[in-house]
Amino acid sequence: MSRLAKAFGKPHPALVCFVTAGDGPTDAVLDALVEGGADVIELGMPFTDPMADGPAIQLANLRALGKGTTTAEVFRIASTFRERHPEVPLVLMGYANPMIHRGADWFADQCAKSGVDGVICVDTPPEEDAELGPFLRDAGVATIRLATPTTDAARLPQVLETATGFLYYVSVAGITGLQQAATASIEEAVSRLKAGTDLPVAVGFGVRTPEQAGAIAKVADGVVVGSALVELVGQHGDDAPAKVRELTAALAHAVHSAKETAA
Amino acid sequence: MNETAHPNSFRNQPDERGHFGQFGGRYVSETLMPLILELEKEYVKAKSDPAFKEEFEDLLANYVGRPSPLYYAERLTEELRKGASEGMGAQVWFKRDELNHTGAHKINNCVGQILLAIRMGKTRIIAETGAGQHGVATATVAARFGLPCVVYMGAKDVERQQPNVFRMRLLGAEVKAVKAGAATLKDAMNEALRDWVANVHDTFYIIGTAAGPHPYPELVRDFQSVIGKEAREQLLERTGRLPDLLVAAIGGGSNAIGLFHPFLDDPDVKMLGVEAAGHGLDKDHAASLAGGSPGVLHGNKTYLLQDEDGQIVEGHSISAGLDYPGIGPEHSWLKETGRVEYTSATDKEALDAFQLLCRTEGIIPALEPSHAIAAVVKVAREMPRDAVICANLCGRGDKDIFTVADALGVEL
Ligand SMILES: Cc1ncc(COP(=O)(O)O)c(C=O)c1O
Repeated sequence: MSRLAKAFGKPHPALVCFVTAGDGPTDAVLDALVEGGADVIELGMPFTDPMADGPAIQLANLRALGKGTTTAEVFRIASTFRERHPEVPLVLMGYANPMIHRGADWFADQCAKSGVDGVICVDTPPEEDAELGPFLRDAGVATIRLATPTTDAARLPQVLETATGFLYYVSVAGITGLQQAATASIEEAVSRLKAGTDLPVAVGFGVRTPEQAGAIAKVADGVVVGSALVELVGQHGDDAPAKVRELTAALAHAVHSAKETAA
Repeated sequence: MNETAHPNSFRNQPDERGHFGQFGGRYVSETLMPLILELEKEYVKAKSDPAFKEEFEDLLANYVGRPSPLYYAERLTEELRKGASEGMGAQVWFKRDELNHTGAHKINNCVGQILLAIRMGKTRIIAETGAGQHGVATATVAARFGLPCVVYMGAKDVERQQPNVFRMRLLGAEVKAVKAGAATLKDAMNEALRDWVANVHDTFYIIGTAAGPHPYPELVRDFQSVIGKEAREQLLERTGRLPDLLVAAIGGGSNAIGLFHPFLDDPDVKMLGVEAAGHGLDKDHAASLAGGSPGVLHGNKTYLLQDEDGQIVEGHSISAGLDYPGIGPEHSWLKETGRVEYTSATDKEALDAFQLLCRTEGIIPALEPSHAIAAVVKVAREMPRDAVICANLCGRGDKDIFTVADALGVEL
């Protein structure tokens, strides 16, 4: 069984945590996420033009690039994480250009060698899957697709066709970090998605607090938290790991116990 | 790859998935995808709807002031012949899109897109702008149709293009200064995309150049092709034949593709696109074809200025309208097929050409077409006297006099 399947196969919903590679002391921040109880790590690949991101993650991208974070450094972070944490799934999230620049085959190969379990490419919809998807899947790396409130029933099968690993439901039409969606609409959307796929469904965008995360975890297989963690890294720099561990622990508690308290 | 292209035509791109050979496509987030597909459907319908065509043409005639004149630049031609060898020195003609309402070709496209927005029932308009010409043109059509309009503009461009910022505000648009990144056109486009993704239900994004996700490169080209269609008729009527060479400046490539496209299947018509070489191709510049490589940005695959990790590198040009690290995907394809030749002109060459046109023809051009004129200066002398060059004078220079004064060391 893959690391992702195991993480989503636990008896409780999964906490998925996003931070940007190269922003702050990333190795220590990733360890703090695991210690706090994160079930899946999403590692952002910095890009000069993060079009789908709100202010918090935009700034994190620029901080990381400002420090000279290269693609090679992203893979160093991933592969050393894999040595320290053989069981915790790690997926890369980012934009197409840095992923395809040296060739999609090169990128897929690096992912496989570094122990990367999946890739979320924000600006490569199913229509352009050929650019990247087949290379990743051939290398045994999951291609995690986004579904959004605008993904209607007619379009969903096309999204699911090339989706592997898990499905990421973006709960609001918008950029990362700002708005939050109502739990009722999320519940409805998740059940619509689950009618079309056996993949686990994780929900993200705008989830900041343990309360929100717990509420979503009642109706989903996983909850993604990004901007709130990235903001801590931005505020606390080298001291961020302790803060990140603290918030992650609170989020993990809420997410992991959500379905018990619901029963 | 593009199996559907007929090798005997350069005018049937893109394919049904929006690809021009390996370029173009729809590299957008899932949230935008359904909207892009809806826009494509609506555009296909509009194209075959006589009412749409009629309204577009009526506005171009009576609001924009088309057709724009075709002008034989006699004194410039004579001036360039002075340095030429015996029998050399081509005739220089200008397609005068700088005489359009709002002072540039940008309005042609804005008229087309706002009509699409209205057909789609959208009630709010957004746009990005660099020099402010597209922002002004968008604010203009938004005012004309009574729709609220937000224009994203890099904070640096807001500084250097104050008159256009004020124009947009007079026209009722809200101008939002974008401080992210280098605070220029690329960042304005990122911010417009962020707005769009959050407001897809009611908002139409009027993209200002022949770039972005499919169907934008196609529809912007089609709306701008009025330039080339008119030029073709006017040249045939005035010179009795097709031109030998077309020349146009390239930022994202909309004025150039608008002039070129109707001639692409005329094998004897050569074409030259002119990118901004800034301080020089070995220094800071904005020449994506000359100094870039294929990649993905802002919804399409095309030539980009980027580093070895695929991070986007800032462009530089004295002309804010050419200061963009990408180019429309159709130009990338036309370069690779060899149908169009591309060259570049530096800031200095453009400034010289700007002044040359002022003095020889009494026309103050924008800095963008000054790059095209700079290329004309170089090539006209190498072409025979009976050869005909048609260059796109796609904007007037009112907006640029402060920049030019500054570059010439004149205090206003
Ligand atoms: C007068 C003028 N020409 C050219 C351009 C460059 O755009 P494009 O290459 O799309 O024509 C601009 C952009 O602002 C402009 O204002």
